[in-house]
Amino acid sequence: MSETATARAPASGGDDALLDIRNLRIEATVYPPGEDPHDIVIVDDVSLALRRGRVLGLIGESGAGKSTIGLAAMGYGRGGVRLTGGEVVLNGRDIRRLGVRGLRALRGREVCYVAQSAAAAFNPAHRLMDQVVEATLEHGVASRREAEERAVALFARLGLPDPESFGRRFPHQVSGGQLQRAMTAMALCPQPDLIVFDEPTTALDVTTQIDVLAAIKDAIRDTDVAALYITHDLAVVAQVSDEIMVLRHGKMVEHGETRQIIEAPREDYTRALVSVRSIRHEEKRPTPEPVLTAERITAAYAGSLKVLEDVSVAVHPGQTLAVVGESGSGKSTLARVITGLLPPIEGTITFAGRTLPPALAQRGREDLRELQMIYQMADVAMNPRQTVRTIIGRPLEFYFGMRGAERDRRVAELLDQIEMGDGFAERYPAELSGGQKQRVCIARALAAKPSLIICDEVTSALDPLVADGILKLLLELQKQQDVAYLFITHDLATVRAIADSIAVMFQGKVVRYGTKTEVLSPPFDDYTDLLLSSVPEMQVGWLEKAIESRRMEAAGH
Amino acid sequence: MNGSGGLPVLRLIAQRLALGVLLLFAVSVLIFAGTEILPGDVAQSILGQAATPQALENLREEMGLNQPAIVRYFQWLGGVLTGDLGTALSNRQDIAESIGRRLGNTLFLAFWAAAVSVPLAILLGLLAVRYRNGLIDKAISGTALASTSLPEFFIGYVLIFFFAVKLGWFPSVSTVYDGMPFVDRMRGIALPAAALTLVVLAHMMRMTRAAILNVMQSAYIETAELKGLSQFDIIRRHALPNAIAPIVNVVMLNLAFLVVGVVVVEVIFVYPGMGQYLVDHVSKRDVPVVQAVGLIFATVYIVLNMIADIAAILANPRLRHPR
Repeated sequence: MSETATARAPASGGDDALLDIRNLRIEATVYPPGEDPHDIVIVDDVSLALRRGRVLGLIGESGAGKSTIGLAAMGYGRGGVRLTGGEVVLNGRDIRRLGVRGLRALRGREVCYVAQSAAAAFNPAHRLMDQVVEATLEHGVASRREAEERAVALFARLGLPDPESFGRRFPHQVSGGQLQRAMTAMALCPQPDLIVFDEPTTALDVTTQIDVLAAIKDAIRDTDVAALYITHDLAVVAQVSDEIMVLRHGKMVEHGETRQIIEAPREDYTRALVSVRSIRHEEKRPTPEPVLTAERITAAYAGSLKVLEDVSVAVHPGQTLAVVGESGSGKSTLARVITGLLPPIEGTITFAGRTLPPALAQRGREDLRELQMIYQMADVAMNPRQTVRTIIGRPLEFYFGMRGAERDRRVAELLDQIEMGDGFAERYPAELSGGQKQRVCIARALAAKPSLIICDEVTSALDPLVADGILKLLLELQKQQDVAYLFITHDLATVRAIADSIAVMFQGKVVRYGTKTEVLSPPFDDYTDLLLSSVPEMQVGWLEKAIESRRMEAAGH
Repeated sequence: MNGSGGLPVLRLIAQRLALGVLLLFAVSVLIFAGTEILPGDVAQSILGQAATPQALENLREEMGLNQPAIVRYFQWLGGVLTGDLGTALSNRQDIAESIGRRLGNTLFLAFWAAAVSVPLAILLGLLAVRYRNGLIDKAISGTALASTSLPEFFIGYVLIFFFAVKLGWFPSVSTVYDGMPFVDRMRGIALPAAALTLVVLAHMMRMTRAAILNVMQSAYIETAELKGLSQFDIIRRHALPNAIAPIVNVVMLNLAFLVVGVVVVEVIFVYPGMGQYLVDHVSKRDVPVVQAVGLIFATVYIVLNMIADIAAILANPRLRHPR
């Protein structure tokens, strides 16, 4: 099916190509639990070509091989990954034939890399400037003075505050968005021919993402560098790339000009990616008696400033309240207060008509049972040494005293509800995919027959299509069991998909609260406007329009 | 002192210093209490089992032993703080004076053992990481582990057998005295210093290797690799600075061992240091000397660990350069 797409791929390759990858094959040895180690193919027969000044977006779910291809352009294989076939021709030579020295001379000089998490990719022990100019000095591209001047100019171009002194700071002294831009400056400093951007905005808040995206786009245009832009977010890649390659399971699905991929996708898989988040959810009206009311909550961590101030929200039975905001807005702290992990300084939590004791230790078993929680990181929320049966069975034993066959029957029922067969009961978490792990966590929460589940960014770590499946499951379960959700997220698309009412949080306060229609209809307050207008839309040219029309600058990034 | 408004790093260091001082006092109480609990008293030890009750009573009166323990503790502590460690029972000599010379000898030996072993251990650790899981790594780790597994008296005798008896390069007895020429003195301590180095080397080297390997998993190491840096530059520039805290910690523990744990080595080489002194007086039940030496050893431990903690605080850029 992909042959036709290859034939129609844009002719950016040819003799003047800067990067020409032909029939690339990449393998790795895996060590699955309980099986013999064996080789798997990560990337299979992928070809692409890139001219100077062009941007190619690589898109796909996790495991599609997009990062692996990006790193292959630098002759680098992460953790035992091997390039086993094909050619990677950069500047007219196959870099697979270069030795260790040849590759070292190429990395940081001809090709530079921008990582997903700049916060982790910067060395905490050194000042930013020393790290930004390091590759430039290592390869003798410029003297230290020239390199630093270049870095300062790049800081200014990328819109970093105080460019002259910015480099004197340590990584922990600047924000995530600033670090991501500093990393782009670090990649541009040696004036490479090609930059590999590996999900450079994925870890950022939407309101920050839009600025970083614009800065990266301008920098690419001004320096005429070629770029591979790797992401799982089609709407993002549509803003920065000239052409897009869709990958799945290490194979190319479709390759074409950006406009064609977005507006007229040819393959079914691409169409699914373009139309993701198509869930339509009928909004329910608030009931007179909410299941949970948080009234005038003010909370702080020991010795720090207030994280929550005067927050009042209500969740209605069988409905979903979405709490939305960027990192640091206090939305997870609100969950901690409701669950009793962080007793508030002021305010009360009313649950099913009774006032809950502020601290977890004072709450009874019934209080605990009726209020369950699902977390963002499903893998760390489960004991890796327990089977799925033990994990789901635990609340059954703890709350209902179920044992033996009765418990096993109920576990099977729950597995059926989360659309996983009984065959999964004997598996360990390590043997499950990301989506399956999250489903097991949902089953564990349901096992307690709660009237409210707090979902803390439960889909943020998942691929869009998998996340969609989880959201559909949650909605279905809500319909069947009349359970209420308090859904914490930074993703407005998720909010649109599942919420009945919405609370927008900003700097510890609720700035907008009401039913979904009320909150998402104009007139908007400035922050909600910024938040809504920052969500990338699957549309070429959206970025420029959004930057032009917004009223409020993202704070502190 | 820079109060709560100042740099958090200064506050942390001040807290650590205060804790160290507190700990020293606690140890002094423990040592004093420990010797109080022991059966018999100093007067009994001096006069022996055959002494008449009257003679004992007189001596106790003379030495102030009839006063309550708390008063004697503060008298002892006051003495210690002003440099008066008391008088040895066995030879009636001033303890501070005897210790002064011997402590100097012990520190001299410890210093040279440390000067060789610490840089060597860190360098070997770096090399082991650079060639990790390869032949060089395995050779370094294997040799270091073997030398640690062998007891120090065994290493000492092996060294004496080969380098003193067979080859005759160094003396088998490490006699040092005042006014000894530096070169002779170094020749004298060569074998005990080598034995000590072999004992502490592996621990520090293994810790260095483990601490750096731990850091090598970080994303910023990949960043450095993708900048085209050489393996050794990556380890030296990007991994080592972030592994300093655990390395300093294990180095300080081993330095403390070099001062405190030399007892056996000093005895083997008949080296006139603290260890010899302690062993001599333990066998004579000379309580004041044991108290004084115990206190000094405890001080060395506490001070070196305090330095390690302060170094760890200073090595953290988040504390050194707050937001």
